[in-house]
Amino acid sequence: MSQHATVQKRLASRKEKRTYWTRRRREQLAGWLFIAPEVLGMLVLAVFPLLFSLGLSLTEWNLVGGLSAIHFVGLDNFAELFQDNRFLHALKNNIGFTAGTVPATMLIGVVLAAVIHKKLYFKDYFKAAFFVPYICSTVAVAAVWSALYHPSKGPLNQMLIHLGISEPPRWLVDTSWSLVAIMIIYIWQLLGYQIIIFLAGMSNIPDELYEAARIDGASGIQQFRRITLPLLGPTTFFLAITSTISSFKVFDMIKFLTDGGPNYSSTVIVYQIYEEGFQNFRMGYASAMSWILFLLIMLVTSVTWITQSRKVHY
Amino acid sequence: MTTRTFKLGNAVLTALFGIISIFFLLPLVWMISAASKTEKEVWTFPIQWIPKEWHFVQNFKTIWMGDVSFGLFYWNSIKIALISTLATLLISAMAGYALSKLEFKGKGLVFGAMMAFMMIPEQATLVPRYIMIKEFGLYDTHAALILMGMFSSYFTFLLRQFMLGVHNDLLEAAELDGAGFFRIFWSVMLPLSRPILATVGIIKFIWTWNDYQGPLIMLNSTNLYTIPLGMQFFKEEFGTTISVMMMASLAAIIPLLVLFLVLQKQVIKGISIGGVKG
Repeated sequence: MSQHATVQKRLASRKEKRTYWTRRRREQLAGWLFIAPEVLGMLVLAVFPLLFSLGLSLTEWNLVGGLSAIHFVGLDNFAELFQDNRFLHALKNNIGFTAGTVPATMLIGVVLAAVIHKKLYFKDYFKAAFFVPYICSTVAVAAVWSALYHPSKGPLNQMLIHLGISEPPRWLVDTSWSLVAIMIIYIWQLLGYQIIIFLAGMSNIPDELYEAARIDGASGIQQFRRITLPLLGPTTFFLAITSTISSFKVFDMIKFLTDGGPNYSSTVIVYQIYEEGFQNFRMGYASAMSWILFLLIMLVTSVTWITQSRKVHY
Repeated sequence: MTTRTFKLGNAVLTALFGIISIFFLLPLVWMISAASKTEKEVWTFPIQWIPKEWHFVQNFKTIWMGDVSFGLFYWNSIKIALISTLATLLISAMAGYALSKLEFKGKGLVFGAMMAFMMIPEQATLVPRYIMIKEFGLYDTHAALILMGMFSSYFTFLLRQFMLGVHNDLLEAAELDGAGFFRIFWSVMLPLSRPILATVGIIKFIWTWNDYQGPLIMLNSTNLYTIPLGMQFFKEEFGTTISVMMMASLAAIIPLLVLFLVLQKQVIKGISIGGVKG
């Protein structure tokens, strides 16, 4: 009797369970379980640090004294930033670096990609050849260039002297050339990436358009200006944003080659963050710089976004 | 249907570009050449591309059989790059599956937040992440690097885009056969996503292998160094001995160069999917 009752009860509860765990509910649960690691990672390693750094930027803290050594200083860090010569140098260098590398790589990239796409045999070879520097470790590549740049013995200057330039630049150890020297390496390493992205964009442009243009007697250059460039709009937009952002984040070469020098001539914001945060342990100050970097990137992205969405209509 | 002269023009252009591409790659050729020379010959001008006196083996020994060997850095890099890549693939594939094929409350919000957080530059959160890693007691461990390299909204986004294209019929068929969501993910979704997983995996592996900033900040002990930090170490030891430095550069580049030459199509595809709206 009682046994029968428990069986009944169990069946009932199982039935209840089954109706509770409907397909929709199971899908809800599964959805959250599958997304949980990613969301957790995002919260712990992106959202929280971002807010944390905002809080830190209002404090002075050297990490060594523990949490009790944090002093709230309000906006002092930000005020100091704009009187800090090194930071202002870094800001100026960042802007110069972006202005010097982004248009140059994009321009050379689109022209080379157009020629490779339309005119050359062995396309795969050319894609690979220009792309090789991009996959190489930046640090290893920087080591190679630092030898090439050697002011007196380096092959580059030997060649320049040979060509009749008696006093070639001293490159990495020259205050007026150090940033340019790094920009050259950067362009060299990044060019292949731009070519690959432009080529991918170009392969989406239908051949019939060129066919029609050719029948109308358009030259290769006219085709490039009237068909290729306008239809590459979205690709150009993507590259403009991503290359600007990555040029703002340049660090590896500068740390490895010049440590921002000589005399802060090649320092950039990320390098200053590194120096203040991880060598001087000024956590609050470094966080304030991080936020300036973050806001700058936001600004650039939204400006590009707005101007682009006004211009491109098709 | 191109004309004969047109083809000739293209052939000339191809030859011209061939020469340009060789000049473009000269720094790497110089590296290989310098790595095979004696220190004195490195600086001779005009450049002696083929060494008169081969010193490759000696330089090789300095790098691989010195007190601190490149072998250790290799092992560290392989370990970190492999584990982070596999972890990223799993986490991003799971998230991609949920975002493309499952309906749950808050999905739109999660996706929107992910897109927004893709914009946060890693450098902006470097200081707090360093403090957190110290607090967790993970400073100067490989776990710190793996933990920070495991999550990627960007790869999740790429995987989601691919998975959106997987036919629902296949998933529904599996469900009718009694498979649960986990089963469907593991036995249907993952195998179907193999091409994108391979592409994303290679890119992630390359990025992790070349990462310099993360290890620079999170590691302290020489025996934990990855290859880029190893380069830094050799620069401090042999900075003025260029032939040895070039051997180190060569050693740092070679594995990825081989990987790239073997999997060229995959790597190039992986790089270009990000740039083209699919």
